[in-house]
Amino acid sequence: MDLVLTEEQELLQQTAREFVTKNSSLRRIRAVRDSHARLGYSRELYSEMAKLGWLGIVFAEEYGGMALGYTDLMVVLEELGRGLMPEPLLSAVLLGGMTIASAGSATQRAALLPPLINGELRVTLAHQEPRGRYNPLHVETRAERSGDGWRLHGTKTQVLDGAGADRLIIPARTGGDVADRAGITLFLVDTQAAGLSIERQWRIDSRNVALVRIEDVYAREADVLGTVGAGAPPLAAAVDRATIGLCAEMLGSMTAALEMTLEYLKTRKQFGVLIGTFQALKHRAAKMYIETELARSAVLAAHKALDEGRPDVPQLAALAKARCSDAFVLIGNEAVQMHGGIGMTDEHDVGFFIKRARAAEITFGDAPYHRNRFADLHGY
Amino acid sequence: MYAPLRTTDDACWGGRKAVYPPDVKHWLDVMAERGWTAPTWPRQYGGGGLSKAEAQVLSQEMAKLGLRPPLVGFGLTMIGPLLLQEGSEELKRIHLPPIIRGEIRWCQGYSEPGAGSDLAGLQTRAVLDGDDFIINGQKIWTSYADKADWMFILVRTDPDARKQEGITFLLMDMDSPGVSVKPIRLISGSSPFCETFLDNVRVPRSQVVGRINGGWAMAKALLGHERTMIADIFKDRQPGNPLLRLARRHIADSESRIADPTIRDRITQVDMDQACLDLTLKRSQDTMKAGHKPGPETSIFKYYGTETNMRRRELMVSIAGPQALGWDGPGFEDDELTLTRDWLRSRGNSIEGGTSEIQLNIIAKRVLGLPD
Repeated sequence: MDLVLTEEQELLQQTAREFVTKNSSLRRIRAVRDSHARLGYSRELYSEMAKLGWLGIVFAEEYGGMALGYTDLMVVLEELGRGLMPEPLLSAVLLGGMTIASAGSATQRAALLPPLINGELRVTLAHQEPRGRYNPLHVETRAERSGDGWRLHGTKTQVLDGAGADRLIIPARTGGDVADRAGITLFLVDTQAAGLSIERQWRIDSRNVALVRIEDVYAREADVLGTVGAGAPPLAAAVDRATIGLCAEMLGSMTAALEMTLEYLKTRKQFGVLIGTFQALKHRAAKMYIETELARSAVLAAHKALDEGRPDVPQLAALAKARCSDAFVLIGNEAVQMHGGIGMTDEHDVGFFIKRARAAEITFGDAPYHRNRFADLHGY
Repeated sequence: MYAPLRTTDDACWGGRKAVYPPDVKHWLDVMAERGWTAPTWPRQYGGGGLSKAEAQVLSQEMAKLGLRPPLVGFGLTMIGPLLLQEGSEELKRIHLPPIIRGEIRWCQGYSEPGAGSDLAGLQTRAVLDGDDFIINGQKIWTSYADKADWMFILVRTDPDARKQEGITFLLMDMDSPGVSVKPIRLISGSSPFCETFLDNVRVPRSQVVGRINGGWAMAKALLGHERTMIADIFKDRQPGNPLLRLARRHIADSESRIADPTIRDRITQVDMDQACLDLTLKRSQDTMKAGHKPGPETSIFKYYGTETNMRRRELMVSIAGPQALGWDGPGFEDDELTLTRDWLRSRGNSIEGGTSEIQLNIIAKRVLGLPD
């Protein structure tokens, strides 16, 4: 495992950076937030990304994918993170598409992956439960046999990009106790299904998340993704993949917040001098930079591990997410502090980063959760 | 035979004053004969002539067999690479072969009582007298000066120039008349450090590396070689996870989960920090292997490597609790006494070789471009 990008990956990164610079600015992010639109992202930009092939980076060519790797996806996600872009690439590819690709039947793959990759079909995973905190295997949602199908009951919260999605992958319990590994089944449910209500939730980072109420929703046997009762492994793998992808996005965002802060230190004057000359601030800026470099190594290693199909993916997901969570929160906090009074105003863009830092920190588990997980996985 | 190293003092440092166990001497000689004490150095000076990739294979194979490095020291890691990069043909021919054979041990004459973090403020004077420089002054924190044969030393040759522009980089035989050395005792009870006093010491002009008054550029070039080495030195050499072993002995007394959740979290934190640093070191090496220049990430190794090591030592004291308070005598195991001394010694990690604060200044200036 060499921790370097290939020339092709560097080129892709360049393309992605130019795309983000050209099509999305923090002014747009602000406009999307202020519009209070249910979708919270641009369908047009999402289609553009699909045309560039980004939704298909990790998928096989037979479905219209590019058959590249997770590290290729990483460089794109990092650039989207730089611009705090809300388009649902991560959820569609890593939570939706890859779960279908890894757990789905040949029929499901052939029917769902091509439209997902060309951007027409939006699928996400509805795994977060109100009392689940960070454990993806905490599933209270029930599925009961009903004729030749299933009836689902439960609630999912903060479902990523749930508003506007066409299908949801819903983990439900067909056996076992609330946090048991056995007895979880994944269901593919159409968002138009009777009994399903999807309500947009409004968070500090104004990203599209939804409260999903499942009240006697019918699912056919053919809507089961994978094997009945054996949904835990693909569910855990999906959350690990998405955790790693989120880390790439966080890496881009924290780098952008650091750059914005450095720019301020180089232009803002007090006491007749640039505030960047003050050693108290220099040292803190240097520590912020060190955090981004350490985070970059962990994030790259985790993507390489996914590419190589290595068994230590969960360990590296925990390593990367713990690091990125702490680093992004630190940089978000320091960015506001170093901007001083203007940093506290909504008028300045730095506030977008401190808010996104907390939301991303908590999504898929914060640093203490992932340290504990790392310790468990290593038998401490 | 050739067991892996446990401590740095256990290593084979070479030199005229060295006394070796026979197996260590034999291992040094057979490896030096092939040039494999300095695998990547050119064959014409006695080096191995291997490419970086070949040298990596050699080092991996040695690690697999649990073999100790045949030779370590500042000759191989610091002055040798600098001479290869900047030295005249004559200096290379004189100095490189004895380094490779482990015959000459080197020390570094940089810091002075009045020039610590502000290294460029050094005052040791060198005045030309015919073909010789005559040196007067004092160096401090000279690692292993009492065991070394030669010193690479920074001296002031132009007191009127801007402070960085009046410095010369010289090579000095420690047996020269007028050189005297006094060891320094640290808070940990012992130390590799010495004071070196220079009283009318004559050094031939031919021993200048670079040009006269051009020594600061040499010092900076050498720092590049030093920085990567330091992060490696502070890595724990013990196999397995010493923090975990210690916790099981002092806290859980079993193979089960560590009973104290705070200690467990602190251990995990240190291990994860180290893992991120190791990956960053690897990323830097892979970047160079791929033919790119090392990125700015190299500047963080000294800072983060030492800070992480210090936190690990602090934590070990916390884990051992009352057993970490022993200095000597009954009631304390040898490894507990070592742990305590290692903790005290580690407090110097963030001071020696450029303090942590200086490292942060360097990052702020050179990497982040913050104004002076």
